[in-house]
Amino acid sequence: MKLTLKIWRQKNTADKGGFVTYVADHVSKDMSFLEMLDVLNDQLTEKGEDPVHFDHDCREGICGMCSLYINGKPHGPLQTTTCQLHMRSFSDGETITIEPWRAKAFPVVKDLVVNRSAFDRIIQAGGYVSVNTGGVPDANEIPIPKIVADLAMDAAQCIGCGACVAACKNASAMLFTSAKVSQLALLPQGQVERKTRAEKMVAQMDSEGFGACTNTGACEAECPKGISITNIARMNREYFSAVVSSDNM
Amino acid sequence: MILDSKIPAGPLAEKWTKHKFSSKLVNPANKRKYDVIVVGTGLAGASAAASLAELGYNVKAFCFQDSPRRAHSIAAQGGINAAKNYQNDGDSVYRLFYDTIKGGDYRAREGNVYRLAEVSVKIIDQCVAQGVPFAREYGGLLANRSFGGAQVSRTFYARGQTGQQLLLGAYSALSRQVANGKVKLFPRTEMMDLVVIDGQAKGIVTRNLITGAVETHAAHAVLLCTGGYGNVFFLSTNAMGSNVTAAWRAHKRGAFFANPCFTQIHPTCIPVSGDHQSKLTLMSESLRNDGRVWVPATQEIAERLRKGQIKANDIKDEDRDYFLERKYPSFGNLVPRDVASRNAKYVCDEGRGVNETGEAVYLDFRDAIKRDTRKIIEQKYGNLFEMYKQITGEDPYEMPMMIYPAVHYTMGGLWVDYNLMTTVPGLYALGEANFSEHGANRLGASALMQGLADGYFVVPYTVGDYLAQLAPKPVDDTHPEFARIKEEVQGRINTLLKINGTKPVDFFHKRLGKIMWNECGMARTEEGLKGAKAEIQALKKEFWSTVKVMGTNEELNQSLEKANRVADFLELGELMVDDALSRNESCGGHFREEYQTPDGEALRDDENYAYVAAWKYLGEGQEEELVKEELVFENVKLTQRSYK
Repeated sequence: MKLTLKIWRQKNTADKGGFVTYVADHVSKDMSFLEMLDVLNDQLTEKGEDPVHFDHDCREGICGMCSLYINGKPHGPLQTTTCQLHMRSFSDGETITIEPWRAKAFPVVKDLVVNRSAFDRIIQAGGYVSVNTGGVPDANEIPIPKIVADLAMDAAQCIGCGACVAACKNASAMLFTSAKVSQLALLPQGQVERKTRAEKMVAQMDSEGFGACTNTGACEAECPKGISITNIARMNREYFSAVVSSDNM
Repeated sequence: MILDSKIPAGPLAEKWTKHKFSSKLVNPANKRKYDVIVVGTGLAGASAAASLAELGYNVKAFCFQDSPRRAHSIAAQGGINAAKNYQNDGDSVYRLFYDTIKGGDYRAREGNVYRLAEVSVKIIDQCVAQGVPFAREYGGLLANRSFGGAQVSRTFYARGQTGQQLLLGAYSALSRQVANGKVKLFPRTEMMDLVVIDGQAKGIVTRNLITGAVETHAAHAVLLCTGGYGNVFFLSTNAMGSNVTAAWRAHKRGAFFANPCFTQIHPTCIPVSGDHQSKLTLMSESLRNDGRVWVPATQEIAERLRKGQIKANDIKDEDRDYFLERKYPSFGNLVPRDVASRNAKYVCDEGRGVNETGEAVYLDFRDAIKRDTRKIIEQKYGNLFEMYKQITGEDPYEMPMMIYPAVHYTMGGLWVDYNLMTTVPGLYALGEANFSEHGANRLGASALMQGLADGYFVVPYTVGDYLAQLAPKPVDDTHPEFARIKEEVQGRINTLLKINGTKPVDFFHKRLGKIMWNECGMARTEEGLKGAKAEIQALKKEFWSTVKVMGTNEELNQSLEKANRVADFLELGELMVDDALSRNESCGGHFREEYQTPDGEALRDDENYAYVAAWKYLGEGQEEELVKEELVFENVKLTQRSYK
């Protein structure tokens, strides 16, 4: 396959950045999208040009490090992570546009690499159960109905990649935040801090500069892990019941 | 030199309790006067950092990824072992201990392994309390499955994403301590070197991966939780960034490196598809619970299959060779990883491999689907099947999966004593970064167990014991040794940038990987290893004269990061070969073709090789010195592993 790549190049956060066009020939259908970029980078290096920087690590769709906004969609045409996208999803001669996540709360670091530490700060605001190591009850002491454990697991599968933010016209982080709020609100272990958690995590999310949710559902449609917007509804419920009844904040 | 493992005396089951009691304690009011550096934020690092911060120590946690949640523990699929015996099927701490020692082919310490089994039960309690959504039965209690070679069901799991859920649990505990101000987080920061002053680890030198700034950090103790070195093979199931640099630099500063040749080749990975391949994807071992492994009975059928004349489903049962079930009737498809991998290699070497390259065997779910219905199989393995389909373009519900062994885990690592302290006082190694619990072969679902055991339940005691012996005085980086090592690090970076050769870093990494896979992989020979050593030495020279690293230090520079890591892999590769050459026996993941039983099984030599091979760095260009720690077995009888 031969492809034309329009790739966003930006030296650093302060730089204005812009698209640069490259030609990738000898692309095999079995390559992953990132392997296609590896080959391009080796060619650029041999020519003495700076390789394209992009985030990636596990390359098996679970670490959440890879990103890329491909042809107007986060993680490209399939509902998967970019590392699990293969070139068989494209056709010979196609032009592919590759951009970084675009969101005020995710500043570009270089080329296609963005800073997602806002997500870490949202978790730090309350995405945990406050137990220290040791001194906890036996794991089977509190039975949890399978259906509840399964729902919690559905929410817990979020990989924190940020595709939901990139997909949203408001760059809202509601899906990400609500996934953690939901997981812990569903489980008995999360009950004690349920109200403060919802309040604090939402407050942190807002202060990071993420936009509001207007229920378009774009986040759910693009989430590589299929996190449902039911979680957003659940978080709204958690949040509202917390603010009217809590004396914590 | 004699290596002191510091295993406490006394009966096996009482060692850890006694040791905890005899460990010194730090006064609660003094804990805030001690600083601890934790490098790496996977299961071992995140759990250690969180637990130490909860106790009151000041922790600095470093990771090269953009967030601690990305560490490669996240990719572990299958599960975590614990001797809970919730299933009433005969499990116990002693049985988990015994299985681990036996599975490791008797090359691990009894004391360490028993402790691991003992604390395993607390790990599950801890994770559940954090809100880890483990799989449950309809009655609401935790579900278990049997896993890779175990005859009891002691594996806890969260769908096929157990590592993810456990890591996110540890990450949440870590995040809580960041919010409390007890942990200072340094993401996108790579450890470049260790600072040793008067024989004690006193800090590290790091590079900020965004700005390129080389910085120094002082502490009372340094914990390396930096994972394994499987990427020395280029193709492995490790994450792209997984590297040996932190451990290797510590090695060069005095920490012995133990059993480097003990690498685990995982039997169920997606086969290689071409030269562009950047990594291999593991399909969880749990698949072997229901999938049946086979190849065509004859070379001729395999040939027709490879040419595309027939498909897998066209082959009748009598023309299939379910070789694991045939050779190992009692364990069948659930034999340990090394045995399963080696047998896959044998049948492919016989020309019975099934994909275009001839390096693949089938893992077939046809019979399981017939027995349990597709719905049940989907519930158990849905995400794995989906992943397989995305990568290969084939549907495993319809066609058998193709799998082939790939490098997955490294049992070797920095030598540590019972306290998980390396040969450099004040420097600890946890999780996959150390060598300690898995011997020559790790059992499935035991890596997660070890990472969390070390971080949650071992170092909080043992690091305390060490700190209690140091004066609670502030540390800083004003000692000239910090400046000296910082300069060395900068010098090395400049050298890499100045070579300005012709070949990208991956060119060397791929070649190193090929040498290691061919000569120091699933089967090793003296001749092959000797050749490999010479080849690696030549490659190393070529690297330092012809590598091309683009850009500057003062920016995000991924080729510089890679070059720095590959330079260390080149040195480690040579040591792995030395280690494999010096061990004239076969055990676990180390299979020397010269040493096998008449029916092709690993032939151990307990009389001469029941030791830990710890290697001491003696200086640039010098052969490393082998220091032996003899293994003492007081409780188990060494037997030939048999899974027949």
